[in-house]
Amino acid sequence: MAIKHGAAAVVLLTAVALTGCSGTTSGGTGDAAECAPADGAVTLDFTSWIPGIEDVVSIWNEENPDIQVKVQTGPNGNGGTYQNFFNQLKAGNAPDLGQIEYDALPNFRVQDGLVDLGACDFVLDAKDDFVDWTWNQVSFGEDGSAYGVPQDAGPMAMFYRSDLFEANGIPIPTTWAEYADAAEKVRALGGYITNFSQVDINQFAGFVWQAGGSWFSTSGDEWTVDLTGTESTTVADYWQDLIDRDLVASYPAWTSEWDNAYNSGEVWTWVSAVWGANSIASGAPDTAGNWSVAPQPQWKAGDEVAGNWGGSSTAVFKGSDHVYEAAKFALWLNTSDEALTALNKAANLYPATKEGLSLPALKEGVEFYGGQPIYDVFAEASGQVAPNFAWGPTMTQTYNDTSDGFKAAVSGSGTLLGALESAQKSTIEALKAQSIPVKE
Amino acid sequence: MSRIGAMLIMGVFTLYFLVPLWWLFIASTKDRSQLTTTNPLWFSDFTLFENIGRVLAYRDGVFIKWLVNSLAYAGGGALIATVLAAACGYALAKYSFPGRDLIFNVVLGGVLVPATALALPLFLIFSQINATNTFWSVFLPSLVSPFGVYLTRIYAAASVPDELLEAARLDGSGELRTFATVSLKLMFPALVTVFLFQFVAIWNNFFLPLIMLRDESFFPVTLGLYAWNSQVNQIPELRGYVLVGALLSIIPLIITFLLLQRFWRNGLGAGAVK
Repeated sequence: MAIKHGAAAVVLLTAVALTGCSGTTSGGTGDAAECAPADGAVTLDFTSWIPGIEDVVSIWNEENPDIQVKVQTGPNGNGGTYQNFFNQLKAGNAPDLGQIEYDALPNFRVQDGLVDLGACDFVLDAKDDFVDWTWNQVSFGEDGSAYGVPQDAGPMAMFYRSDLFEANGIPIPTTWAEYADAAEKVRALGGYITNFSQVDINQFAGFVWQAGGSWFSTSGDEWTVDLTGTESTTVADYWQDLIDRDLVASYPAWTSEWDNAYNSGEVWTWVSAVWGANSIASGAPDTAGNWSVAPQPQWKAGDEVAGNWGGSSTAVFKGSDHVYEAAKFALWLNTSDEALTALNKAANLYPATKEGLSLPALKEGVEFYGGQPIYDVFAEASGQVAPNFAWGPTMTQTYNDTSDGFKAAVSGSGTLLGALESAQKSTIEALKAQSIPVKE
Repeated sequence: MSRIGAMLIMGVFTLYFLVPLWWLFIASTKDRSQLTTTNPLWFSDFTLFENIGRVLAYRDGVFIKWLVNSLAYAGGGALIATVLAAACGYALAKYSFPGRDLIFNVVLGGVLVPATALALPLFLIFSQINATNTFWSVFLPSLVSPFGVYLTRIYAAASVPDELLEAARLDGSGELRTFATVSLKLMFPALVTVFLFQFVAIWNNFFLPLIMLRDESFFPVTLGLYAWNSQVNQIPELRGYVLVGALLSIIPLIITFLLLQRFWRNGLGAGAVK
């Protein structure tokens, strides 16, 4: 009995490793997902942590009496819901659909937890509706595959205190070199140009993304880890220099001190994603009307490239009996105007579709930003995000290791590049430990 | 001199425990824009009642539902757990039967296993019978308290005299009746302690509901607040709601403690002056 179990486990592990990493050439690997409508009415379970998602889903339920969707909820993905998904997959009672952020998607795929929606023609037909890079996040660059439907995106731009820049005659930086110059001037006035976050490795990844780097790639069966490529090194050295010269603050992000630094005018800019608009508005209420949004600084003058920070997809889990209906719902949720408008209203979700970027709600001027129609800047940025950045299957561990190193670097022991180097090593080890083939 | 020193240390520790509560109370009375901008340890505009109103009204009063759930999980669970622990501890203390020590040792071993370590196996078991995401998936595992068995056994051995039981038997009282009318009364202080411990443990249990529950309407207040807190980036006003919610969620604990501590203190002193 014990031997049998052991053997079964080995077979299972191998299967997981194989299905996870095979077939980068042709789509529809693994089980060819059945994508046929069910005979009668079906009920789908959908887990998402978007506040107010029930209201969005109830629009669907009213229009589709035969495909009823039941919402399940919980804390955000890394706050426990991803772990729950894995537990449920193990126990065989995963929901039909779940919200998964792009950076966690490869992990679910490697664990063989996702249905390839490539079998559903109508999903593939929708490919061109989505902003190019978001589609790549769910297809992993394979033609004819879709391991989820893109939901939202986090194109980056620069939030800045227009009043302070103007009053002190400092030009708004358009390149990273100008940004460093401005940082010196701001520091001379007693402020900081920005806050370097040791914990939001996602933001740093967004910078690398903008610089043209990519941390992970697959070729054939193998993963390549590249946390220390030229682009990553450039970005790390740039920020290391600002840290060394005490030109950036280093408050832990999302804390009261952090809010206060922005609210009191100590920190002047934040290069962040579209959803950051809310973080500032809520964290720094006293500065209402003094903020503006400009494209993120460029590495080469005249370039027009943006990074991305965040975004998620709606995926269908292995074991779902109603792939067709689930795919129908996922597509409606993330492409229809009524759903996108409702999602934006409920949780400020920024759509991943091209059309969605011109929703009426995203064309209006925003009071906190002096009436500037800031979402125009982000819509522009959304089209400028490089399409090929990819995440690895062990991102939680990579984030943690990098973050540990970054914390040390900010407090003066070690460097950002050193942190990336050691995270590179530990990530390769983590992949090997899970029997995922990796190229060194 | 040493007295002053002791008082000083006690004072420091009292502050250490009270300041977070004070901060929580103060933060709950402020409106959102004042949270970061005003002195965190003193009042500005007193909007406590408006804040509470907003939390209770948010999303059709889901917070009230969570409070009720927590009371059901913790109140019901602690009550049944106490009765079970009392019966078990009493039996172990007062009857001799084969395997008694073995059972007690196994129960004692149970004290050492953290509830967190059991959550995942419990999830897999409940999955087998399709009972995850139900009230019972959180309620049933709360009904056993190895520590309660341990405490009631010790207490029953010390406070329920064998002579009394003999007398009851001679008077024709059955074992169950003796247990219910005589022994339980003698063990009451220990039972209050077990109840308190179990109530607090269930109220604060977070990991089990996190793993078991998907449906918001079954959430206890701890999980609900955690879920809100994880959404602060998207919905900034939740930051304030979490604070006020946390303040509200400790009130039942304080009430339970104040109501029961009278019995508890009596009990602890009972054996001292005999």
